[in-house]
Amino acid sequence: MRNAFCQTLVENAADPSFVFLTGDLGFHALEPLRHEMGDRFINAGIAEQNMVSVAAGLAKEGLRPWVYSIAPFLYARAFEQIRNDVCLHRMPVVLVGNGGGYGYGVMGSTHHAIEDYGALLTLQGMRAYLPAFDADVSDTIRYLMRVDHPAYLRLGLSEQPKWFSPPPFAPWRHLLAGVGPTIAIAGPLAGGILDAVRQSELSADIWLVSELPVTDLPSEFLISLRRSNYLMVIEEHVGSGGFGQMLAHQLLLAGAAPGRFVHRTALGYVSGQYGSQRFHRAECGLDPASIVSELNRAVTA
Amino acid sequence: MPITPELLLKARLRLLQMHYESGVGHIGGNLSCLEILIALYHNVLKPLDRFVLSKGHSAGALYVTLWSLGLLSDDDLKTFHKDGTRLSGHPPVHGIPEISFATGSLGHGLGLSSGLGLAKKLKHEKGRVFCLTSDGEWNEGSNWEALIFTRHHRLNVTLVVDLNGLQGFGKTSDIADLEPLAEKFRAFRVPTIEVDGHDVGAVAMALRQDGDGPTVVVAKTKKGHGVSFMEDSFDWHYLPLSRESYQEAVAELTSLCETHFAKLS
Repeated sequence: MRNAFCQTLVENAADPSFVFLTGDLGFHALEPLRHEMGDRFINAGIAEQNMVSVAAGLAKEGLRPWVYSIAPFLYARAFEQIRNDVCLHRMPVVLVGNGGGYGYGVMGSTHHAIEDYGALLTLQGMRAYLPAFDADVSDTIRYLMRVDHPAYLRLGLSEQPKWFSPPPFAPWRHLLAGVGPTIAIAGPLAGGILDAVRQSELSADIWLVSELPVTDLPSEFLISLRRSNYLMVIEEHVGSGGFGQMLAHQLLLAGAAPGRFVHRTALGYVSGQYGSQRFHRAECGLDPASIVSELNRAVTA
Repeated sequence: MPITPELLLKARLRLLQMHYESGVGHIGGNLSCLEILIALYHNVLKPLDRFVLSKGHSAGALYVTLWSLGLLSDDDLKTFHKDGTRLSGHPPVHGIPEISFATGSLGHGLGLSSGLGLAKKLKHEKGRVFCLTSDGEWNEGSNWEALIFTRHHRLNVTLVVDLNGLQGFGKTSDIADLEPLAEKFRAFRVPTIEVDGHDVGAVAMALRQDGDGPTVVVAKTKKGHGVSFMEDSFDWHYLPLSRESYQEAVAELTSLCETHFAKLS
């Protein structure tokens, strides 16, 4: 996803209002962008708080700053700068967090981003974008180049099944039609789950969400939910403030709460041991096998 | 516009009145930077320049300075700290075009100023950027990040430090000694000028110096300046003015004024 990210930004590099700031990250990935952007590519050093304040100052003068780092170094380290300097002033600053969820795997917990959009979406005017497939990245970037509000772009790794051709980027996408349980997934882990469900005997109705907070619920999704009366929400993020809580809230407001609600989330560090993104997902029951197993239980219950 | 003693006195009295009527504190840190703001706004700032008040708790002094230029009205000042006001206790996000950013949490202003300065550089636009911090605010690591950044990119940012030596819960030297602060700025290779922060002529002259890259003006000040019982007194960082204190302050300033005019005549 990072290469698709760089490539699309390069295509936008000629825009004189576009400024890219990085917290000294992007080695072996962002060099082409640095080359194309010249003095509008700023390596702000390992100083994320200042980098976000600088971005707010740039935006105040009519520029379009994008701020890039490993996700937690941005949303957690510079949270007050994001809150005060960017969000209170509704500055069109795009925060790019690489390594959404357990993306940095065995690098360790300091590099994981499992409470990123939950924390950021408490802020005024902030919206979060979670591309799931490589093709989403370019669509999202083109969209974010025009927004008039603060935005958070959570980058991960595309897990697009070879057989699958994703529909164009949209806040809600219907990935797989089925007559069994209704599933709503946020972010790239949708790819692996989609693949596993399709290969199983299950028939499930799978939806992907790529923009948060959720507001308008698609009528087809509500129809699916009324039919199945079962909703499983899956996200690589803690439950508190996550997509599942947002969606449950919206469903309650709409009087459309299902009879059964299952929420699979990041659970932190279950065993205290570290490993790959796949390892951590499995510990939280976010891996495709665990999801299929849970769905089978629901269907046979 | 020339800065006369009458203008300064009028501004100081209005600042005291505003804080007395609203019942809010922070008067000490407002009085310590009043001359800096008056000098900046009356004698230095040009239309394309920008200013960020990083020590947001001195919003009162900024409002009074804007009032002294006719940019805020007397009626505006009467709403200070009241329900429905534009004039919140710290600079607001909306409503006052001269205020670029809401501040109040310390350690943000210099980074914001660096962003404004970088935008001017990238857009090849004229204009300078000024930022006023307190001295205690240099406890904040983000300020040092911003100083390194603005110096590295040689941004046209002038930082003014209101060096009054007192912060929220004691003397700066007792809490996390920053001295010699001017030497620290010089060690970061930023040209640094030290001035008497209550001498408007000296402050204006220092602020007018425009070089290649950032400059620091360390303005030596007294918290509560101009009111003898408030000067260098830690109490007046937070305490609101009682009726008696207010009357005493006004009497002292008025008497000084009369003495001043007597000398003139």
